[in-house]
Amino acid sequence: MTDISLPQSQPSRPWISAAAVIVASGLYSWALLMAEETWQVLSLLVLAVVATGVAIKTGFVRRVERDWAASETRLNRLAFAVLIALILVLSGSHFALLMISTVLLYFVASLGLNIQFGFTGLVNFAGAAFFGAGAYTAAVLGNVLVIPPLLILLAGGLVAMAISLPLLIPIVRTTGHYAAVVTIAFGVLFRTFLEVNEILGGPQGLMVNSMKLFGWDFYNAPSLGNLEISFYLNYALLAAGLAALVFALFRRLERSWIGLHMDAVRLDETAAACFGISVKRTKILAFLLGNVILGVSGALYGMMISFIAPASFTFSDSLLLVSIVLLGGLGSPWGGAIAAAIVVLLPEKLQLLQEYRFLLFSILVMLVLLFRPEGILPRHLRNFFPNRRTDA
Amino acid sequence: MTGHLLEFRNVVKRFGGVTALDDFSMTLDQSEILGLIGPNGSGKTTSFNVLTGIYGPTEGQVFFEGQEITGADPRAVYEAGIVRTFQRSRLCLSLSIYDNIMIGDTSRLVRGLWSNLISRRRLEEQLDMTRRQARDLVATFSGHLADRMDQPVGALPMIERRRIEICRALISGPRLLLLDEPSAGMTHDETHQLMDDILDVRARGEGLSIIIVEHEMGVIERITDRCIVLSYGRKIAEGTYAEVAADSEVQNAYLGAD
Repeated sequence: MTDISLPQSQPSRPWISAAAVIVASGLYSWALLMAEETWQVLSLLVLAVVATGVAIKTGFVRRVERDWAASETRLNRLAFAVLIALILVLSGSHFALLMISTVLLYFVASLGLNIQFGFTGLVNFAGAAFFGAGAYTAAVLGNVLVIPPLLILLAGGLVAMAISLPLLIPIVRTTGHYAAVVTIAFGVLFRTFLEVNEILGGPQGLMVNSMKLFGWDFYNAPSLGNLEISFYLNYALLAAGLAALVFALFRRLERSWIGLHMDAVRLDETAAACFGISVKRTKILAFLLGNVILGVSGALYGMMISFIAPASFTFSDSLLLVSIVLLGGLGSPWGGAIAAAIVVLLPEKLQLLQEYRFLLFSILVMLVLLFRPEGILPRHLRNFFPNRRTDA
Repeated sequence: MTGHLLEFRNVVKRFGGVTALDDFSMTLDQSEILGLIGPNGSGKTTSFNVLTGIYGPTEGQVFFEGQEITGADPRAVYEAGIVRTFQRSRLCLSLSIYDNIMIGDTSRLVRGLWSNLISRRRLEEQLDMTRRQARDLVATFSGHLADRMDQPVGALPMIERRRIEICRALISGPRLLLLDEPSAGMTHDETHQLMDDILDVRARGEGLSIIIVEHEMGVIERITDRCIVLSYGRKIAEGTYAEVAADSEVQNAYLGAD
């Protein structure tokens, strides 16, 4: 291997290795989603662990990351195309599409949490509450025919933001673990409120009407000749669109002055304040923005699974969301995507683990923190200039 | 109104029973370089912290350019044109050199959510502009770092970190620079070089004033116009370096009376 980084010896298509990884991930996801026997799933997992280990040891990961940074836009588009292709290929399978959509929506939720936790250092242990607030908003507003369902998604985000307003006082006044404890209390409060509230269905929960877009009800399966297509295709495509949109927003935030100020507040509040950064404003912005994203993803999730109950939005679910962020790497969106896939797919694919899933995740988080403390794909230095050569 | 750039008027700062600053009054004029010296714990850093709004004073007033800034919050102090470095380097080690310097440039950068996330033309212009300015500033202090603006600060040795910290303080074009022991951990020659660089930057701009806290008396002697000596929070002497060095009370404070 020529690993000399002289300009003239660079391969003509430096992004090819990264592109290969994207396509391989697509194929792997397909194989994993199609695998039915436990031994198939297990061998795929072993394959993934071995391949990742080899890629890290041989420096392949670093090379891919470098190539990725050099031609980001192109590779992001390819990743999206591969995702859409995967969804279309699996369009006959209810289960596979439900899994893909769930992974995507958890990924979106983890991006919201990452703005709070990864960028600004605010630990939010009530993620599931804000996610749930979005889902309940969809349930309540879905019965009102005059509201266009796309607006319901937005409303889910706004309601999640609204219920987080009272939390701003402790968030701004306390630092570190104290703020985290406040969010734990809030999450418990939220669930108890849902359970005793008769209008919101109490412990039994509520039905959620399906998404409708331009007159098309997502409950209908799209028909194409005599191909059998699952109605989850609608949700998978919309979730992919939402994920792409929020991902782009997340990247823009990271590469803006506000993103820089969030880092500064996380790393040293006093120094940040001495250079004119409003610590309060930055924290408030991160907290609200993150909760809006959690609420929007929750609203779509509610519409998709069509039935919600307080038991779906517990403290354990909040921990699940936090563990996605930790596993993926603080502030690392691609890491979050991989971690969301692991956290959602593993217990579903390995039914024997279902009961032990929280045990499994705790072990997984501990292992990652032990051997790769910055997460599966650690966050990179901020690249303010992704598409420019700025050596001048 | 006072004619001075900065004035401390009878400032007292107590922490519980400890009086860190005791009836401290001083003035600083435009373009002046003032040395603040004294034994450890004599109130030098406390006076910086009171001035930059990290602590409010217990009593007394602080004026900057004729405006009272007593107890103003750190942001307002920064907006007024006062910047500082810290005794123990306080950079964001996981961020790049460029990122760290841009943290010091808040006053000039767009802050709105809209212009940061949606309509980013101004932001792009600012990126291009500040990229050049930050690079030029770094080149003054450390030529070889100017080509490594994307490196994380944590990978740099201490002396380079101090230089980056000074660049962060200077990027916004401040009126008053507070240097808290800039030479800590540096060799004699390195300190010498650093001071020359600071004076170089100062000479280019319009009358930057500097207050420097320093234990290295060679530095104080060479660059300051005037010195103030603190001991147990009180001002015990004021004048040129030669004057205060000859003062018997100052000698007692440093060497101990017998």
